[in-house]
Amino acid sequence: MPGKLKVKIVAGRHLPVMDRASDLTDAFVEVKFGNTTFKTDVYLKSLNPQWNSEWFKFEVDDEDLQDEPLQITVLDHDTYSANDAIGKVYIDIDPLLYSEAATVISGWFPIYDTIHGIRGEINVVVKVDLFNDLNRFRQSSCGVKFFCTTSIPKCYRAVIIHGFVEELVVNEDPEYQWIDRIRTPRASNEARQRLISLMSGELQRKIGLKVLEMRGNAVVGYLQCFDLEGESGLVVRAIGTACTLDKLSSPAAFLPACNSPSKEMKESPLVHPPSHGCRSTHNSPIHTATGSRLTQNFSVSVPTLIYTGMGSGSAGKEGGPFKALLRQQTQSALEQREFPFFTLTAFPPGFLVHVGGVVSARSVKLLDRIHNPDEPETRDAWWAEIRQEIKSHAKALGCHAVVGYSESTSICEEVCILSASGTAAVLNPRFLQDGTVEGCLEQRLEENLPVGCGFCHIPYDELNMPFPAHLTYCYNCRKQKVPDVLFTTVDLPTDATVIGKGCLIQARLCRLKKKAQAEANATAISNLLPFMEYEVHTQLMNKLKLKGMNALFGLRIQITVGENMLMGLASATGVYLAALPTPGGIQIAGKTPNDGSYEQHISHMQKKINDTIAKNKELYEINPPEISEEIIGSPIPEPRQRSRLLRSQSESSDEVTELDLSHGKKDAFVLEIDDTDAMEDVHSLLTDVPPPSGFYSCNTEIMPGINNWTSEIQMFTSVRVIRLSSLNLTNQALNKNFNDLCENLLKSLYFKLRSMIPCCLCHVNFTVSLPEDELIQVTVTAVAITFDKNQALQTTKTHVEKSLQRASTDNEELLQFPLELCSDSLPSHPFPPAKEHLESASSNSGIPAAQRDRCSSWIELIKLKAQTIRRGSIKTTVTVEKASPMGEGNFRNRSAPPCANSTVGVVKMTPLSFIPGAKITKYLGIINMFFIRETTSLREEGGVSGFLHAFIAEVFAMVRAHVAALGGNAVVSYIMKQCVFMENPNKNQAQCLINVSGDAVVFVRESELEVVSTQQPTANCQPSCTGGEVTT
Amino acid sequence: MTSELDIFVGNTTLIDEDVYRLWLDGYSVSDAVSLRVRSGILEQTGATAAVLQSDTMDHYRTFHMLERLLHAPPKLLHQLIFQIPPSRQALLIERYYAFDEAFVREVLGKKLSKGTKKDLDDISTKTGITLKSCRRQFDNFKRVFKVVEEMRGSLVDNIQQHFLLSDRLARDYAAIVFFANNRFETGKKKLQYLSFGDFAFCAELMIQNWTLGAVDSQVADMDVDLDKEFLQDLKELKMLVADKDLLDLHKSLVCTALRGKLGVFSEMEANFKNLSRGLVNVAAKLTHNKDVRDLFVDLVEKFVEPCRSDHWPLNDVRLFLNQYSASVHSLDGFRHQALWDRYMGTLRGCLLRLYHD
Repeated sequence: MPGKLKVKIVAGRHLPVMDRASDLTDAFVEVKFGNTTFKTDVYLKSLNPQWNSEWFKFEVDDEDLQDEPLQITVLDHDTYSANDAIGKVYIDIDPLLYSEAATVISGWFPIYDTIHGIRGEINVVVKVDLFNDLNRFRQSSCGVKFFCTTSIPKCYRAVIIHGFVEELVVNEDPEYQWIDRIRTPRASNEARQRLISLMSGELQRKIGLKVLEMRGNAVVGYLQCFDLEGESGLVVRAIGTACTLDKLSSPAAFLPACNSPSKEMKESPLVHPPSHGCRSTHNSPIHTATGSRLTQNFSVSVPTLIYTGMGSGSAGKEGGPFKALLRQQTQSALEQREFPFFTLTAFPPGFLVHVGGVVSARSVKLLDRIHNPDEPETRDAWWAEIRQEIKSHAKALGCHAVVGYSESTSICEEVCILSASGTAAVLNPRFLQDGTVEGCLEQRLEENLPVGCGFCHIPYDELNMPFPAHLTYCYNCRKQKVPDVLFTTVDLPTDATVIGKGCLIQARLCRLKKKAQAEANATAISNLLPFMEYEVHTQLMNKLKLKGMNALFGLRIQITVGENMLMGLASATGVYLAALPTPGGIQIAGKTPNDGSYEQHISHMQKKINDTIAKNKELYEINPPEISEEIIGSPIPEPRQRSRLLRSQSESSDEVTELDLSHGKKDAFVLEIDDTDAMEDVHSLLTDVPPPSGFYSCNTEIMPGINNWTSEIQMFTSVRVIRLSSLNLTNQALNKNFNDLCENLLKSLYFKLRSMIPCCLCHVNFTVSLPEDELIQVTVTAVAITFDKNQALQTTKTHVEKSLQRASTDNEELLQFPLELCSDSLPSHPFPPAKEHLESASSNSGIPAAQRDRCSSWIELIKLKAQTIRRGSIKTTVTVEKASPMGEGNFRNRSAPPCANSTVGVVKMTPLSFIPGAKITKYLGIINMFFIRETTSLREEGGVSGFLHAFIAEVFAMVRAHVAALGGNAVVSYIMKQCVFMENPNKNQAQCLINVSGDAVVFVRESELEVVSTQQPTANCQPSCTGGEVTT
Repeated sequence: MTSELDIFVGNTTLIDEDVYRLWLDGYSVSDAVSLRVRSGILEQTGATAAVLQSDTMDHYRTFHMLERLLHAPPKLLHQLIFQIPPSRQALLIERYYAFDEAFVREVLGKKLSKGTKKDLDDISTKTGITLKSCRRQFDNFKRVFKVVEEMRGSLVDNIQQHFLLSDRLARDYAAIVFFANNRFETGKKKLQYLSFGDFAFCAELMIQNWTLGAVDSQVADMDVDLDKEFLQDLKELKMLVADKDLLDLHKSLVCTALRGKLGVFSEMEANFKNLSRGLVNVAAKLTHNKDVRDLFVDLVEKFVEPCRSDHWPLNDVRLFLNQYSASVHSLDGFRHQALWDRYMGTLRGCLLRLYHD
């Protein structure tokens, strides 16, 4: 009996009127955990009941503590008939189970009903007393911390990054059970909400166990999703990266490095798998495997592309032996793991050694009913297959790990596309295992790693290139080879040198598909997929070139399957990496040369493209320093033993000279216009309009090239659904519709947020779904952050300074590289003033905040004023009565409201892992919430827009309330993982499911940090007002 | 391609002041869009009409959802659904409860009932204010009236407590409630020259001095209902004009004091008895509800108009009224000095405010 859960129901407010006769409500509360239920007294005839209950105590296993949510139901008492439910609150008590997170959950929670939405609020206090668990074979994993953030959380240090953890659980979907035919929609929705909440808890507990097995203490980059497979069931799955984290404030006291059982394995002779030439799995056969038992199991493995841009690598140069050693070490460290994957997208400095390129795999599956929920082998096997494929793709790129790894599904009827993607990379072994790596080796390795370009250097063997490629010497260190274009799924490394600013680049694509059943359908889809992948890739490449940039970060490709079409949407942030060569232009070539007007048209088009490139270069401030030919050519290839190597060296040096002509014809990207399709493509390239001036956008955490954020942030979700006219749909028309939809959506966002200029839309996350035949739904979540324009202009600094400045923000981690820092920072004295400048900026930004605070008391002011006026008037009119008890009572009554009226505490929400101008001082636990909302009076609720608008606002409100109750004032790494919307306008019905998650945190403004350094900030954000309501 | 659904939800609710104004003014989405287009916003921002349409729809939807909360502003402060900075909350409330001068002049003093609501169509046509906006303003008046009608304590205070309005707006509402409760006639043709501000000024004076609250701050309706006892007592003032000696004495006191100081002395002297009779008779009649309603009509007929026809300058009116009220203290035969002061103090303030073109 290792835990005692204590719950107290304090009060309710703004309850709905349940009794029409009296216009009041007789409310009471049921508190349920597991199979135990407690009830409060009925508070008669009030919309603001004060229950002030005793402490309800539940004695429970910690396994249950992890799995079960606390269920609070508010009901209206009815003497003669059944009590009516007003609504429910589910509280995930997981945050109370870690030692460092929240200690109490206390606050106002919206009372939620799946049919009516939010109906008033309830004030609840929850505590947990945990006893020490002596059972070694326990099933719980209390104490393992979970973070949605895909980088090492700000107030922690990564001691060891253990690696990939995954788990999935399956169940029947209550919506499809037989009982659903006889129960109310409300009961069905609640069953679903409860089930998913339970499954999430179970999943988290199981992942926690895996982490403990690996001797980690935390999961970072935790991503949990659910697949609504309809008839065949409900899958909740999660992936994450197990880590051992060390709280930064505590002085290096940490559990001794665990003697990993992998020691022996490390000594095992390393067998570097020979990489085999061109890598793609086009040859993978379509196999129709009859699955276990009676179930028909159809599976198609889809040809997958590896995106890297071009490249031919040199595995070893000066650093050869060390590098080999390094590789050997990491290899062995990683080999013990089944999947050397990391869900992180940003890393401690020095972690990422080289980046190979994007690897992805997809497979098309036919769903069948899950027969035994306790053994989800089929789904496990599917994912294992895909992960295996990713792993082999990474190997082919000479990489032993995959970073920025993510998995997703798209389901339509019984067909499901499973997708996985990540970035192949070579990692520094130091973080992957306990600190037994020889220090001297490490040191020398680090000296060899050039600042800001190391990760661009190719990890694969130049001789055995996995694909036809195009290599040059690095434009930064001129020692190693780099590809001419780099695609990745991770964030831009903090030490990377970027020229100019970045921008959001999207490739959008639709393909019509015939309606078909089962296997035929799956086959049709898998036949289409490679073409889509290819086209998406081409579009990305073209758009990148058009922007005059050479690298993509945060690439995310989503393929969505619908009844009669497939949609592809790729988003990434384009940048110009200083280490990579200048991209060539785009050249158009016509196929029918003898037509004069056609020629003219082509040349006109060419001119337009060239103009656009020039314009973009100016817009994004891309002006790389001119590099003279000699310098580039200077590194003399070392003599090699093998002639093949020499040959390739000479080849690549040829390329270097060619490349220097940057806009020369040869290296330019040639677009052939041979049919109308291609023409359309070129046109669509040119129709993408840049954001209005003062706006930037990216889908990464921060915008490359902007680093002077001010404190104003606005997170938002925007949803659009369009109906296609079903008449003669063609691929072109479809593409245009989809393109317009996305572009118009972006335009609307820019317009809506115009008051924030200059600002940047960060972490722009598009999700496409096809809820019905002719409907396309696009959901966007992003955050707009303002920045200081004046300072932005001053940021043309040398990269050393820049990297120093960046490093200073992560100052703690910086200590790990004392040598480098000292040698660099000594000569560069302009740094300290620059820092001062930054500080002054932050204090400047503090001023409006203070003003806002003043405004916040505006309403208070009214009240105070009202009071003084009142007092005054009493004094003048009835001086005598001042002493009467009546008068005094009245006085007390009057002075009460201002304190009860302390306005609701502000909770910030952001998809980023940080809050500009503020420091996160505490992580309170993850927020992972699932809601269903249904209506049978769609028109009355303002149609589909009104319905969804209200629902999303309610979801935000519930997230904020939970964070505030934990004592937090922000959610970071917020993500809306699912927004499934279904409508039936004929029946006046609609239903929507939303799943969101994030990390609840406490942050302190940097400006405040100086003033109140020791004071705990939690006090001010807690809605502590339990005092009486305004007299009504 | 048609847009089925199009929404934008921010963690902090975006409020566009211009669109809010258009919404409050009762324009339909399409009218609002065309008005926004005319304002030149497209040129400024480079947006398209479609973007503007979507933006306007979105704001309208938000306002529609907020409206329920605006009906009880403290709810807006406590609710969790919309995260709105307090300064914006204050703006939303203040603007929502703001009203048009033209509208309030039509409704002021009328019973806030269904019957009046039916007349909103005519008011809308007459004033050019959209019917929607008229309804909002009317409902606001009625809502405030219902809430504070039977409440004890200061009227302005109560309004501020329950509707979180600024001081100024709360005072205006106090006047509206006071007028509605006492049903003062303000719509007659001869009262057309008066502004809402004039009436509000008088209302405030009357609330301060003529209501129950002026003597006892703990009774219900203290600021809304006139002090009945006081109105009854006012009959006593009648002797000022009924008693011929008293009237003559009063006249001579005033004339002596003002001789040489008034530009319109002779007119005053000639009219004194008429004016005094007028003012005192108004007081004496206030026991009847019907006459209470006609208070302003009577004041204008009996005092403002006669003076105005003789072209009294405002300053002369002031001097006269001061002297007229003060001289009563020297009338030995008159015992109701306090009553006179309570009546005339307020009336003097009102008359001075009402005396203009």
